[in-house]
Amino acid sequence: MSKKIHVQTTINGEPAEFLCEPRQSLLEVLRDELRLTGTKEGCNNGNCGACNVILDGRLVNSCLVLGAEVQGKTVTTIEGVAPSQGLHPLQQKFLEHAALQCGICTPGFIVAARALLEKKPNPTEAEVRHWLAGNLCRCTGYDKIIRAVLDAADLSFRARANGRERETISQVRGEFP
Amino acid sequence: MSTSTNGYKVIGTRPIRHDGVDKVTGRAVYGADVQMPGLLHGRILRSPIPHGCIKKIDASKALALPGVEAVVTAADFPNPGDKIAELGEGAVNLRHLSSNCLARGKVLYKGQAVAAVAAVSPHVAEEALKLIAVEYEPLPHVTDVVEAMRDGAPLLHDDLVTESLGKPTGKRSNVAKHFQFKIGDVEKGFAEAAVVVEREFHTATVHQGYIEPHAATALWSADGSVTIWCSTQGAFTVRAQMAELLDLPVSRIKAVPTEIGGGFGGKIRVYLEPVAAALSKKTGRPVKITMNRTEVFEGTGPTPGSYIKVKMGADKSGRLTAAQAYLAYEAGAFPGSPVGPGAMCIFACYNIPNVHIDGYDVVVNKPATSAYRAPGATNAAFASETVVDEICEKLNIDPLDFRLKNAAHEGTRRADGPVYPRIGMIETVEAAKKHPHYNSPLAGPNRGRGVATGFWFNCGLKSSATASVNADGTVSLVEGSTDIGGTRTSIAMQLAEALGLRAEDVRPVVADTDMVGYTDVTGGSRVTFATGWAAYEAAQDIKRQMVARAALVWGVKPEDVSYDAGVLRCKTDDAKRLTFKELAEKLHATGGTIVGRASVDPTGVGGGFATHVVDVEVDPETGKVTVLRYTAVQDVGQAVHPSYVEGQMQGGAVQGIGWALNEEYAYNARGEMTNASFLDYRMPTSLDLPMIDTVMVEVANPGHPYGVRGVGEVPIVPPPAALANAIYRAVGVRLTQLPMSPGRVVKAVLAKK
Repeated sequence: MSKKIHVQTTINGEPAEFLCEPRQSLLEVLRDELRLTGTKEGCNNGNCGACNVILDGRLVNSCLVLGAEVQGKTVTTIEGVAPSQGLHPLQQKFLEHAALQCGICTPGFIVAARALLEKKPNPTEAEVRHWLAGNLCRCTGYDKIIRAVLDAADLSFRARANGRERETISQVRGEFP
Repeated sequence: MSTSTNGYKVIGTRPIRHDGVDKVTGRAVYGADVQMPGLLHGRILRSPIPHGCIKKIDASKALALPGVEAVVTAADFPNPGDKIAELGEGAVNLRHLSSNCLARGKVLYKGQAVAAVAAVSPHVAEEALKLIAVEYEPLPHVTDVVEAMRDGAPLLHDDLVTESLGKPTGKRSNVAKHFQFKIGDVEKGFAEAAVVVEREFHTATVHQGYIEPHAATALWSADGSVTIWCSTQGAFTVRAQMAELLDLPVSRIKAVPTEIGGGFGGKIRVYLEPVAAALSKKTGRPVKITMNRTEVFEGTGPTPGSYIKVKMGADKSGRLTAAQAYLAYEAGAFPGSPVGPGAMCIFACYNIPNVHIDGYDVVVNKPATSAYRAPGATNAAFASETVVDEICEKLNIDPLDFRLKNAAHEGTRRADGPVYPRIGMIETVEAAKKHPHYNSPLAGPNRGRGVATGFWFNCGLKSSATASVNADGTVSLVEGSTDIGGTRTSIAMQLAEALGLRAEDVRPVVADTDMVGYTDVTGGSRVTFATGWAAYEAAQDIKRQMVARAALVWGVKPEDVSYDAGVLRCKTDDAKRLTFKELAEKLHATGGTIVGRASVDPTGVGGGFATHVVDVEVDPETGKVTVLRYTAVQDVGQAVHPSYVEGQMQGGAVQGIGWALNEEYAYNARGEMTNASFLDYRMPTSLDLPMIDTVMVEVANPGHPYGVRGVGEVPIVPPPAALANAIYRAVGVRLTQLPMSPGRVVKAVLAKK
């Protein structure tokens, strides 16, 4: 076993540090060292998107990033998507649209969709389909996922326009319990 | 929230699923997420060759590597011999099952497990695999069903003797079984036909493609009991298989199902579970084994490739007079392909007087096949439904009119024997015919519209549930069906409906094998039907006890108490009235809580029919087929949670589209799969698809208290045929081989020119 590397980073807004072997991927570090198991492994070679995280504002497959590479950087995982109270609009819309069946790909889709909405707050269906083409879902046929993302985009776009970015969907729209 | 039909208050609505928040926030625990103190990591060494004898396994160097704690091989397992075990969804030869977990004496496919290591980290375990020396004596291999059936083909099993029509033939071959279904006289039927079409078809091996690789964690305790945490479609079938393979009584094994990241039939058979247990026994520590994606492709059950020949005839009026089929399916390394259901389904949509079907189960040097959503039916429908389309074309009859004319209905006898109860084949075709999609013009070059129908049996099997009334008027529901697509909610909704509660008032939990009564696998489109029925019966049990308790509180006889829509009333005194919640508050003070329980094994299963309509555009230069529009119509019985019913229809249709257009196990001459990754095994992405429109035709199943029918499987059946028929209308070529990938389409288009 090779000597471990000490890494200091920021994960979901909090300072974090860990020791990892040079060969350990960010995905392994998140799951096995930091116990952030919301990030999933589907293929371990960058083809399925189940391990998507946001690294310094950029959507990446954490299986293709080494743990040691995140020194001094900022990582957002699925565990950091929701505000401290309630859910992110994407999470709420995934539930309302039944956009998940088994749910294993869901964290990756939500992280990827969040990255899209940050770049492009009001995307078209074609843009959503293009952006999410790196995320495989085998259960849903994507229909309800695309609808959920478009609906969430619509909602957060309006919320943002009103300067209420941090509010949850239930606060923005009174009709949801 | 939609309003319900048929007078139900809960059934037919769309509540948020109970496990939803955990699954959108990353908190839900799946197979690979299991962590525990002292955990060791296991890895599997797999055969690099498709066929050979194992001469020697030397693990001494691996065991010497620091951090390696144990190595196991087949020698560490009891030799089960040729025992046939009934495991809830079909019987299995334990010798085969055991050899599929760790090969004994021989390897029969590349990727078959040969040895396993437990070490302090996954990386150390992987290093150790490279240090295990296995000496093989390679044997000639065969990976194609037609070649495997030829005389002189390499034989996989020394002791495999073909059984034909129920009798051993004495002939050693790769054909495990030949069977036949007959009705009427096909020669006479073909003589009466004005049009006869006969075609041959080939379909490729495809994988279920669940996104979560297999994962299992085992702890063999010092008291001799074994606990296994795993991603499975059925905790009880895991327990049963483990008991047989490890030669332990079932009571010594506890199977704890984690959340499951997709299964589609592929997570019923055990692979890692007994191996992790054996490693835990040797080390005294918990051992977790996970597969990588290549292992999933090469080492777990895909669904078979097949060769099918279909001949069908119809008279001038468009009535089918006879149908004949020859189906040969690749079982993979061990007998047991789904050719049986394939043969039963191939003409199941039609009322045909004369039918003759021959089925062959054939072993080849590929992974042992597993169930995959309506196992066997998709291959079969690709063949029969494209032949039907050709007959329609020759007779110049609209393909939906033709199906209406020949549709199976209540009273139709299928060639394999059963007579249909109330079914919805006609209704789905009528709904497709009325749909705006079918009636819209499709303009433009190289575009075409295709239709196809499909059938799947669905099944019942055994389920158990217990439900306890909480003091706040809610009910905690404990059931044993692992939830792959929202079934906690569809089960809870049936209990809520029966008790007059809201879906949110029920707290469903999926339990392990020590916490709930025996429950069969999540498969066969059975869970909402059968486990939902168990929940319904548990609700009846609660109702009876609530009525008795109200009677006690009021000092009247139970027969003087009524229960309706969650309210108990005294028939002899209008002033006496308690809601479910009000009585629930009084339970502790009046004799203790109330627990309802049920165990069911329901008959009354309703078969499912689907009719799909698809528009495609074919690029004649590249062969790429673009799906422009897709409509899936299905008889779903009473839809319990319509969103998740639509989801099953959409997901099934898209798996069928992938099977039709892209997916296949590509093999080289050395018998190796050459595309064992998600990059090269091309499943549909969001960019490949339009929205999938759904039409739920609700023909209530008279065999279920709420009219529920299985919905999960049949939507995968029509797509390949519907797409083949659409491609024909677009560019005038009939494709008879799956997948209809760009290369094949271009070749066919060029050949036509």
